[in-house]
Amino acid sequence: MYRTANGEEIFVIDGHTHFWDGSPANQKNIHGKQFIECFYAYHSNLSPPSEKWTLDKFSKYDAKTMHDDLFVQGYDDMAILQPTYLGDFYKNGFNTTERNAVMKKSHPDRFILNSAFDPRDGAKGLEAFHANCEKYHPKGVKLYTAEWKGDSKGYKLTDKESYKFLEAAQKYGVKNIHVHKGPTIIPLNRDAFDVADIDDVATSFQDLNFIVEHCGLPRLDDFCWIATQETNVYGGLAVVLPFIHTRPGYFGHVMAELLFWIGPDKILYGSDYGIWTPKWLIDKFMAFEIPEEETKETGSVLTLETKKKILGLNAARLYGIDVEAQKKKIEAAGGYAHLAESVHAPE
Amino acid sequence: MRDSINADRRAEVWRRLETVTDPELDEPVTALEFVTRADVDADNCVHIEFRLPTYWCAANFSFLMADDMRNAVKGLRWVADVSIVLGEHMYADKINAGLARGLNFQETFGAEADGDLDELRRTFLLKTFQRRQAALLAHLIEAGRNAAGLVEMTLAELVNLEVNEAGARLRTRYLERRPIVSVSIATSRAFVDAEGDPLQAETLSTYVRMLRRVDVNAEFNSALCRGLLHARFDTETPLSTKGGRRFEPSRVSTQDI
Repeated sequence: MYRTANGEEIFVIDGHTHFWDGSPANQKNIHGKQFIECFYAYHSNLSPPSEKWTLDKFSKYDAKTMHDDLFVQGYDDMAILQPTYLGDFYKNGFNTTERNAVMKKSHPDRFILNSAFDPRDGAKGLEAFHANCEKYHPKGVKLYTAEWKGDSKGYKLTDKESYKFLEAAQKYGVKNIHVHKGPTIIPLNRDAFDVADIDDVATSFQDLNFIVEHCGLPRLDDFCWIATQETNVYGGLAVVLPFIHTRPGYFGHVMAELLFWIGPDKILYGSDYGIWTPKWLIDKFMAFEIPEEETKETGSVLTLETKKKILGLNAARLYGIDVEAQKKKIEAAGGYAHLAESVHAPE
Repeated sequence: MRDSINADRRAEVWRRLETVTDPELDEPVTALEFVTRADVDADNCVHIEFRLPTYWCAANFSFLMADDMRNAVKGLRWVADVSIVLGEHMYADKINAGLARGLNFQETFGAEADGDLDELRRTFLLKTFQRRQAALLAHLIEAGRNAAGLVEMTLAELVNLEVNEAGARLRTRYLERRPIVSVSIATSRAFVDAEGDPLQAETLSTYVRMLRRVDVNAEFNSALCRGLLHARFDTETPLSTKGGRRFEPSRVSTQDI
């Protein structure tokens, strides 16, 4: 919960968090080592110095650290757990639904548990996805199209197999498809970050929402175009938001563009925890205003209303969260006990 | 004597490398600090080593930059051979083996590719065309040129246009890319869109705005790539103190782009 100076409460849903194990003990090969080190490079490059962790802590943190970083030190009210399997790089997987489910079980009112599927797993994968849906009733999945699997270095949403899984998602009520583009899609001579396949499936699956994580970076320009055309395409701010610290001018520019092209109802906050932590991200975001020059050109303004939408209301709408009811639940469970008394005392 | 010839030749190599850009960022591979070594041995063979911001950087761009470096340096008439080695990359072995045998991308990657890199190269050259054009147009509009005049302007008129130093630099960069799109002779229109069609005065400001997205994107990626390279390799410490040797190339500031 974030509270403004004049007492207004802002309900925060963190659209992108991980509970991973990237520790050396879990690494299967050099790729596993390079993967967590690449994440760590993002972390150490874009975090303020005071928020930097050691590689050791970063590789594997425990459940309590995560809970406190998000909900006690941080302003998150709820967080979406987005799995990333990476079975070819890590012995027990990197950040699986099963591992995340333990977090969800300990703090059921705090976490939204998403599932995942990989179209390359075929009929067996469809069965596993079905079983997963029966067991966890997820409202969303996270897809990592650049995941390595045997000889394959990734897939596209337009692959025939992908359609089967998206049809299954539709059938099981899994409405929110979070897509993360990575760099190694086959054929390698094409642009590996191309977001055009999202355009295609968003048209074919009108009932599903496609949340493009980190706004399609490094193809922000192409993403804006697609998201403008398709009513069911959203942008996740993970990776985009930390630029607020290192390159605030840029962040202003990018936000102005995003608001201009896709509008305030289709942008979702995400910390990408443990790459970054919510406390500093939200402190800076709440204090942020789009530079006047950008506003003059685009008409984009980051009003309090818009910030509320980005920080929580948009995700609440996608995930069917009743904000007031959820606040009561969290409060009843003592979730706001750490906040100053005045936060909850009626004025 | 040999030493001074060698130093001159190294300097020539670095100058050639400065003409090679990251296709996505449109900045020289030298200014981006990708190149860690460029030496000339006694047999006039050039040895280049380079690295990238992450282990996962796209194979195609990695290969493209290596290939461009090879071609740029081969253009020097005294060069006997060029060896290029990419370090700490998921495809390092494959790319290095392909480069050593003089293979193209398709030959290097076989079944993992379904063609060479021409289409990709063109896609990103077009993006740099758009980005450079947007910068020049914005500059000229800011300097008081009206839309009607700009859309009618010929290449000869643009070349002879009086501009300040910043404008001249933007113009040079734009003119380098203009022929990618369509025939560029003195009487051709100076400003056309990516399809080679003329621009309209009424919609010019919207058009420039659209192109700025490409620019925002490239700047964003550039900041990210520099940051990741720094976090990965500690680029604050000069290479010379890490045991490597280095010729300091002239800097191209992102402000110029």
